[in-house]
Amino acid sequence: MTATEPQAETDERPIGFGRLLRKEDPRLIRGMGNFVDDIQLPGMLHLAILRSPMAHARIVSIDKSAAEAHPKVVAVITGEDLAAQGLAWMPTLSNDVQAVLATDKVRFQHQEVAFVVAEDRYSARDALELIIVDYEWIDPVIDVRKAMDADTPVIRDDLDDKTDNHIFDWETGDAAETEAIFASADVVVSEEIIYPRVHPAPMETCGCVADVERVSGQLTLWSTTQAPHAHRTVYALVAGLPEHKIRVIAPDIGGGFGNKVPIYPGYVCAIVASLVIGKPVKWMEDRTENLVSTGFARDYVMQGEIAATKEGKILAVRTNVLADHGAFNGVAAPVKYPAGFFGVFTGSYDLEAAYCKMQAVYTNKAPGGVAYACSFRITEAVYLVERIVDCLAYELDMDPAELRLKNFIQPDQFPYETKTGWVYDSGDYEPAMRKAMEMAGYDELRREQAEKREKGELMGIGLAFFTEAVGAGPRKDMDILGLGMADGCELRIHPTGKAVVRLSVKTQGQGHETTFAQIVAEEIGIPPEDIEVIHGDTDNTPFGLGTYGSRSTPVSGAAAALVTRKVRDKAQIIASGMLEVSVADLEWNKGSFSVKGDPEKSVTIQDIAMKAHGAGDLPDGIEGGLEAQICYNPENLTYPFGAYICVVDIDPGTAVVKVRRFIAVDDCGTQINPMIIEGQVHGGLADGVGMAMMEMISFDEDGNCLGGSLMDYLIPTALETPDWETGHTVTPSPHHPIGAKGIGESATVGSPPAVVNAIVDALKPYGIRHADMPLTPSRVWETMQGNHTPPI
Amino acid sequence: MQVDMTVNGQEVSEEIEPRHLLVHFIRDQLGLTGTHWGCDTSNCGTCVVLIDGEPVKSCTTLAAMAGGHDVQTVEGMEVDGELDPVQEGFMQCHGLQCGFCTPGMMLTARALLNNDPNPTEEVIREAISGQICRCTGYSTIVRSIQWAAAHESAVTVGTSNGSAS
Repeated sequence: MTATEPQAETDERPIGFGRLLRKEDPRLIRGMGNFVDDIQLPGMLHLAILRSPMAHARIVSIDKSAAEAHPKVVAVITGEDLAAQGLAWMPTLSNDVQAVLATDKVRFQHQEVAFVVAEDRYSARDALELIIVDYEWIDPVIDVRKAMDADTPVIRDDLDDKTDNHIFDWETGDAAETEAIFASADVVVSEEIIYPRVHPAPMETCGCVADVERVSGQLTLWSTTQAPHAHRTVYALVAGLPEHKIRVIAPDIGGGFGNKVPIYPGYVCAIVASLVIGKPVKWMEDRTENLVSTGFARDYVMQGEIAATKEGKILAVRTNVLADHGAFNGVAAPVKYPAGFFGVFTGSYDLEAAYCKMQAVYTNKAPGGVAYACSFRITEAVYLVERIVDCLAYELDMDPAELRLKNFIQPDQFPYETKTGWVYDSGDYEPAMRKAMEMAGYDELRREQAEKREKGELMGIGLAFFTEAVGAGPRKDMDILGLGMADGCELRIHPTGKAVVRLSVKTQGQGHETTFAQIVAEEIGIPPEDIEVIHGDTDNTPFGLGTYGSRSTPVSGAAAALVTRKVRDKAQIIASGMLEVSVADLEWNKGSFSVKGDPEKSVTIQDIAMKAHGAGDLPDGIEGGLEAQICYNPENLTYPFGAYICVVDIDPGTAVVKVRRFIAVDDCGTQINPMIIEGQVHGGLADGVGMAMMEMISFDEDGNCLGGSLMDYLIPTALETPDWETGHTVTPSPHHPIGAKGIGESATVGSPPAVVNAIVDALKPYGIRHADMPLTPSRVWETMQGNHTPPI
Repeated sequence: MQVDMTVNGQEVSEEIEPRHLLVHFIRDQLGLTGTHWGCDTSNCGTCVVLIDGEPVKSCTTLAAMAGGHDVQTVEGMEVDGELDPVQEGFMQCHGLQCGFCTPGMMLTARALLNNDPNPTEEVIREAISGQICRCTGYSTIVRSIQWAAAHESAVTVGTSNGSAS
């Protein structure tokens, strides 16, 4: 153990799964992390980007002469300069193209127009002021509902023959079957449900340091990326750089939440700058740039409908969605899933039919769409179904807990194929729901609420039950830009029995350096402190698609377990030689092999490691060394689930909402490190409070972004969030080697509907059935006055 | 212009532009990159340092304004190989995930505990309410600070000269 390995207060140090302090922490609590902006290279230059003040405008001219004359400026590059190199446009992760720097026109406010490279970061910013751009105004398309109107300007006139702002139509489920059920159902409830545009806003903004070595042509890119391998391949395809000459390093990352999945123009600009100038170049966004130009999330206008019997048996769910994708379709989702995994909008209920129709359109807003811990649009799907189920409960005058319990998919129905074709691997929903209700003291809360209503006080209890679909994904169905969503893993046991495991995924705070050491430890019995986890460096890790969509544990975690088993199988053969018995006569005791019936005769994994590298013959056909590499292709997604209950109090005089309690029961299958799982859940719950009550990226009619700073885009602090109450059930995934399902995004998916349902429940005395996020005091107040307006 | 100040007990004297922000001075000029930058508008608190023991957002403080003062950053919290109980508390209670907001959070906690050795949960939440953490949802940060309060040694560490406050 190193001097800095964190020591828990108790002696408990699991060799494998259990509460284990994080290996990442000793450096981070000393301020010794290494984030991108911490990197200083000799001769490093600084890059700053000039952005458009307008949302939609033709570029008439750009005069960069004054900026070029600035004594500390090294280069000023415009879109025209990039176009000369064929680099003005780049592919997005959805097979669209996006301007690196605008050439013809700008298509959203704050779009990249030019960049300056200067000797220091202040001078680079100063020089931006010296660039004169003449714009010619074009009416922007801001209201998503009007994007397809006949007289609307065409945003993407760069695309051949484009005559409107349409991107794609998508549908899932059976329209006719669903219509038949709706036509004959006792009860049908409809509601327009909006998930506004929000932003992941990680505390560390996006940025990079690009360093092209002139002679060899080797590019090293330190980058805020959640997917270093995928980025490397895309750079190879975009810039024509040979892939073996590109090394992408993701050092410590200050939060990602999906914001650090796409490739942004700034990265490409920094690479081009370093290539042209021959010196290392750093680009770091400021907070405004992060909020106004990088991957936003959500922006769905959903018409939700639910059909049920009068006794409360839910029969069908139907939805019509209008999706705002901004100026470029930059959604990061598997190619065959343009709406991500929105198809799981059928939720946790056993339905007879379901249907979704969606239209996606361009608007003059920043591109993005899949981010903020959304599990590829499951946030939107779960919000829709959990909100519309509450609307049904309102109409039936039925308790929302009772309604959900009545309609759950039953344990004996798993694996369960939904009406939209998703096969839920395992689930046992009622115990999770009952546990949450017990922790909350649900019946007592309802009694308290009834008493308060008598006195005119506003108290709300909101429930949400979600099923997630994570761990993308089986390569037969899932790829991004043609790259299959499998993940590699390599394990080496050194002669002294210490190990190094190399991952294709990359932590942004999730604790991979700890949990992946625990997975290997569980499988091979080497203590986690003797296992080094290497990740975030394309030169030193096997290929894989990275960390997002809660996929690290379901995909890469499976790879880590299986590669360890492969090494253990080899170790068993070597042990059989050492103990002079057949392989079948050995049994595994987590860290050693012993002879069946003779436990004294044993060898530890450390003994075996030394033998594998040492002198003397090994059993026939066995090479020296003790290492293996695999690439894991998941058989199916995994389907974590959970039951959430939120309790709010609303001041009737000011409409200020106080989240009094939040109870979260999660089931992510086998638990690797309960401390880290709890942390993942807590963070997502705070996200939910933020989205439900505070956060929104909005625009005025001219396309000015109104959420461009943390003064305008409100993120919850310790004062808006309660002390979270968490619990769990354990329903292992049947197809994952250790039964784990992933937990990174469950709470972000499940908490917004719980908070909104609680607020709407508190407003029941006002006859309110639905209100749209964000439920700020002013919007709650308007709702109480009967003046609720949709946010978009 | 020249600026002189004490940083983590060391006297520093540097040539700066008058407009240089303290956060850039600390990070780029002194190379103390544990202090982070997050928003420009005093909202996120990743840049918090202690000036004469008080938490200050260094992204909206000119380096020149810290002249003649005593600045403490996260790098000064560990004294002679002994972690500050606040640092230990953050490890024990999982008070950090990505670690980006952590230095600022810990320094605010240190200042709080120097003034109020046994703060209530409400007081802790109020104290860190000028800072944003996107990962933890704050409960474990509150627990970390409570852990530190329960494990404070007789001599309060964390002031820039390491003496009792």
